[in-house]
Amino acid sequence: MSIDAVRKSACANLIIALLSDVHGNLEALDACLKHAGANGAGRYAFLGDLVGYGADPQAVVDIVARYAAEGAVVVKGNHDDAVEKTPGYMNESVRAVIDWTRNTLSDEGKVFLSSLPLCIREGPICFVHASAASPKRWYYIDSPAAAHRSIDAAQTAYTFSGHVHDQQLYFQAVPGKTTVFRPVRGSPVPIGRHRRWLALVGSVGQPRDRNPEAAYAQFDTERERITFYRVPYDHVAAARKIRQAGLPASIAYRVEHGI
Amino acid sequence: MSTEIDGFIVGERIHSGAMGDIFRVTGRNAGVPMIMKLPRFAPGESAESLINFETEAMILPALSGPHVPRVISVGDLAKTPYIVTEWIEGESLEQVLKRGPLPVPEIVRIGAALADAVHTLHLQDAVHLDLKPDNVILKADGEVALIDFGLTFHARFPDLLAEEQRFAAGSAPYISPEQVLGIRSDPRSDIFSLGVVLYELATGKLPFGVPATMAGLRDRLWLDPVPPRIRSREVPPWLQEIILCCLEPRAENRYQSAALIAFDLRQPDQVALTERAYKSRQAGFFMQARRWWRARGERAAPRRMPATQVSTSRVVLVAVDTMHPDDARHPSMQRTVARILSIPAEYRLICVSVIRGGPGTGGMGGATSPTDPYHDHLVRLRHWVEPLRLPASRLSLHVMESADPAEMLVQFAQRNHVDLIVLGAPSPNQLRLAWWRSVASGVTANAHCSVHVVRVPDSAET
Repeated sequence: MSIDAVRKSACANLIIALLSDVHGNLEALDACLKHAGANGAGRYAFLGDLVGYGADPQAVVDIVARYAAEGAVVVKGNHDDAVEKTPGYMNESVRAVIDWTRNTLSDEGKVFLSSLPLCIREGPICFVHASAASPKRWYYIDSPAAAHRSIDAAQTAYTFSGHVHDQQLYFQAVPGKTTVFRPVRGSPVPIGRHRRWLALVGSVGQPRDRNPEAAYAQFDTERERITFYRVPYDHVAAARKIRQAGLPASIAYRVEHGI
Repeated sequence: MSTEIDGFIVGERIHSGAMGDIFRVTGRNAGVPMIMKLPRFAPGESAESLINFETEAMILPALSGPHVPRVISVGDLAKTPYIVTEWIEGESLEQVLKRGPLPVPEIVRIGAALADAVHTLHLQDAVHLDLKPDNVILKADGEVALIDFGLTFHARFPDLLAEEQRFAAGSAPYISPEQVLGIRSDPRSDIFSLGVVLYELATGKLPFGVPATMAGLRDRLWLDPVPPRIRSREVPPWLQEIILCCLEPRAENRYQSAALIAFDLRQPDQVALTERAYKSRQAGFFMQARRWWRARGERAAPRRMPATQVSTSRVVLVAVDTMHPDDARHPSMQRTVARILSIPAEYRLICVSVIRGGPGTGGMGGATSPTDPYHDHLVRLRHWVEPLRLPASRLSLHVMESADPAEMLVQFAQRNHVDLIVLGAPSPNQLRLAWWRSVASGVTANAHCSVHVVRVPDSAET
């Protein structure tokens, strides 16, 4: 290995790819992993909801389990949790997908999902699917106040979450006041650890901002910068697979149109 | 013994301000004179000075070009916060102003250079928000550099000052009505401040004084400044028109981009004069009272990126071949221009005719007399654009002579922040226009903006 290659791989470990809400969308996950690898990611964090909605839960769980074996961070999302026991709040079409997912997944896959922790703290970072304030209740971070509660509960400089499918960066410019910033794709944002930040990294497998491109983010731990990305992928193929699997057409439509 | 920070040797302190101190530094083989900005950290110092420092440390490295200081190094904010930039040699506009109001040609030169700098900043999605003579450096090459980005808004970065309205507002005499209301994302705020600076350059006075209270600051939401021509008889109507247009209380009534200010300052004979130009007193009591009433509830904020906001006003240059008025391409070019101008909310059309001439270049615009050598071409240009029925305020006409028309067009377009050049392609069956081929290709190759080449299909010509 050349000096440059060694240096490159040493640097690569400092960049964490943050992927959330894959929702069984293999095409989107492949595209994001490829993009992250090409952009220097050396570590991976999956922020929950590996399954639900998409037609490839088994393939997605297999990939993530492989990354987990190599040291990736993986936390549980509400859809992963629902595979074990369907909760009352899910609507009919989501429930249909969860039932189908349960029947499709291998036993190992189901064990992998149920073994996932709700929240992982690692140095200055807290990884959690929904709110760090009571992760099991799956509160949406949909306001500065909700972000504030999660940041307070996390007690870390950085909280990285999904659940809400939008990309948002909440921050505390002055202690006690939480503000929201809508990131611009591909523009690195300095996020120094002397402040508290909560990033919603967007959804890999089911974006809902009328843009079907997959969403994820990368955190450069050394330079303390976060970059939000959108990655084009074959969303038409992903939607076709959902229809072919006999899942609700409304879900295929959402993947096609990013809604 | 000298102090060393991160390999920089700290020299003499050259400034001590509210936000921190500035020292000359050497070292690290940067090859340019440098300064280091250090924030105040002492106990009892307010937190906002650090937020301003952090804002500058975040935004300045993302800016580039001749109008901002180049960043050499930024220290780790948590350990050794500092910013080292190149030292910009020049005189601050504040020093220039101490010598009193400036003659009109100087106002034009400095004002246009300042507008160029502001426009370049806006195109990078940043709004300075603290434009004042103190923060403007006149460089030896005639360009202007802006300094101090501690209050700057950048649409690609979180706004650390969003919740800090008390400290985010800028300098009382210069800030825009939007800033008074806590809105920090509108590039037209800088246009207002630019208007205050031009007013000061022209009259030596501040249009809204130096307000010390919030009520005093809010005055500019409705108050009519004393027209500059009342304060100084040297101020021509076109300059008053430009200044008062910048100072409109409502952002949508101002110039929508600094590029248009630079253009008007450089082509005073083409400024469309409105009643603003001849205003000889402030609006009457009832008019002002009505504006005051309306301003009570002002809140609106733009939701667009600054570069997108300033790009809603497009500057389009059309190169018209007035040597060949019967050319088959003219109707097609007129249709193209009409279509292009129907899209943006605000636009400026610059019609240019370049006459192929000797080695020397010359030019003219606006009013001419029949004895001028270019008069015929100017008349043809006016006839060319007449069917488009554009208001005079959106139009300017220029006849220029050059041995190298392509180069002339490219330079003229760049100087005037043109967004799009429209010109005709050489047509295959017009061999007598062979030189035009080189113009179209030359402009396309070298222009700094987009180029729309209008080609008339053969069938249409035969």
